[in-house]
Amino acid sequence: MVEDLRLRNPKLARKVAEKIKELASREPLIKICHVCGTHEWVITHYGLRSLLPENVEIIPGPGCPVCIVPASEIDEAVQLALDGAVVTCFGDVLRVPGSRMSLLDAKARGADVRVVYSVADAVKMAEGEPERQFVFFAIGFETTVPSTAVEVAKGPPRNLSFLVSHRLIPPAMRLLVEMRELSLNGFIAPGHVSTIIGLKPYQSFPREYRMPTVIAGFEPLDILLGIYMILKQLRDGEPRLENEYVRAVRPEGNLKALSLMNEVFDVEDGRWRGLGVISASTLKLRREYERYDSRIRLGVKIEQGVDIRPGCSCHLVLIGRIKPPDCPLFMRACTPQSPVGPCMVSSEGTCRIWARAGVELRSSIS
Amino acid sequence: MCLAIPARVIEKNGNRARVDFGGGVLREVDLTLVEAEVGNYVLVHAGFAIQVLDEEEARETLHFWGEILEAEELTGSK
Ligand code: SF4
Repeated sequence: MVEDLRLRNPKLARKVAEKIKELASREPLIKICHVCGTHEWVITHYGLRSLLPENVEIIPGPGCPVCIVPASEIDEAVQLALDGAVVTCFGDVLRVPGSRMSLLDAKARGADVRVVYSVADAVKMAEGEPERQFVFFAIGFETTVPSTAVEVAKGPPRNLSFLVSHRLIPPAMRLLVEMRELSLNGFIAPGHVSTIIGLKPYQSFPREYRMPTVIAGFEPLDILLGIYMILKQLRDGEPRLENEYVRAVRPEGNLKALSLMNEVFDVEDGRWRGLGVISASTLKLRREYERYDSRIRLGVKIEQGVDIRPGCSCHLVLIGRIKPPDCPLFMRACTPQSPVGPCMVSSEGTCRIWARAGVELRSSIS
Repeated sequence: MCLAIPARVIEKNGNRARVDFGGGVLREVDLTLVEAEVGNYVLVHAGFAIQVLDEEEARETLHFWGEILEAEELTGSK
């Protein structure tokens, strides 16, 4: 039963929480950062912060793949759609603001923008309408990159190209740890990204930066245990890389996925909304696959966009510098119904998760 | 977006498979990225199976957690 894989034993959760309290009682303020929208959702939805002692803070990092797409790349998708291409995208990205408009606004103006569940749907649509130009707006972290790579490597239909906007997580983690003013004490590394990339890309965090780093899964217990493992490392003064999510993450990752990613993409420096340029953090189709690059085929390239609107503090929320309620617009000018910044648009954005939790706050394990 | 959901492979045809997410939700997914057989649990993200879940490990995780916590208590290591 799929249900058996859900690990939600409340007794055990309380026990782990007690252990955490015990370990933390000897420590000063401890800041543990995660970089995954799903982790933030689980933490908030199950009220895990309320189970932690006051000196243990869980900081959400830039883990929302939709929120960090720079406005210039939304602008490119919008332009392609307004110019007559059929732009296919994941539902989450539809309302993310560009400099002038979102893809949803473009759709309202008559552009053909279609939501797909998978890149494979975009391939099917393109095959079904060979007379039209299709674009797949390829966003997402390493969890999503391999699916794009599969379709590119397979040889997509001639009328389909890719607006590649993928981003890589470990370089963003490096940026966070190098921002000394954040003074982080440990990382919860993202479980699903890690099923693809394995353990190796995180090795430098304990080694170079002395940051305890634990890959954790997505059940409340996974996350609590991840926190517990980090606290234990801190107590022992031995920062290590540990894998809590052994049922899904192999040390080597998914080798097939990694080799396809390497075959199809080159790594480049790239801009993240609110964070600026992060070195070696974005992907570009390799020369052999350039003919599938929408920017080249359809001649669109927008360098600069309006990433953060006046008054929006997403750039601070994204690095955990402030919590959503610290933004003056939170639940006033900026709500899930009428979002101002990308962190309120996406279901994985921290502002949106916190806003929704305010409505349906519940804690089913305590 | 980075969410991947466990499902069981119930039918396989080359790189395509039908999977069961539980509760009667069935879906077609692409198996190119994994070596999965009928009966295996896979993690599904955006229409692609991205990893085979180790069922044994999943079941043992609970035991293992209990054990760590108890061992700590017994040895009194703090
Ligand atoms: S509440 Fe809205 S305006 Fe404020 S940081 Fe979040 S998304 Fe931006």
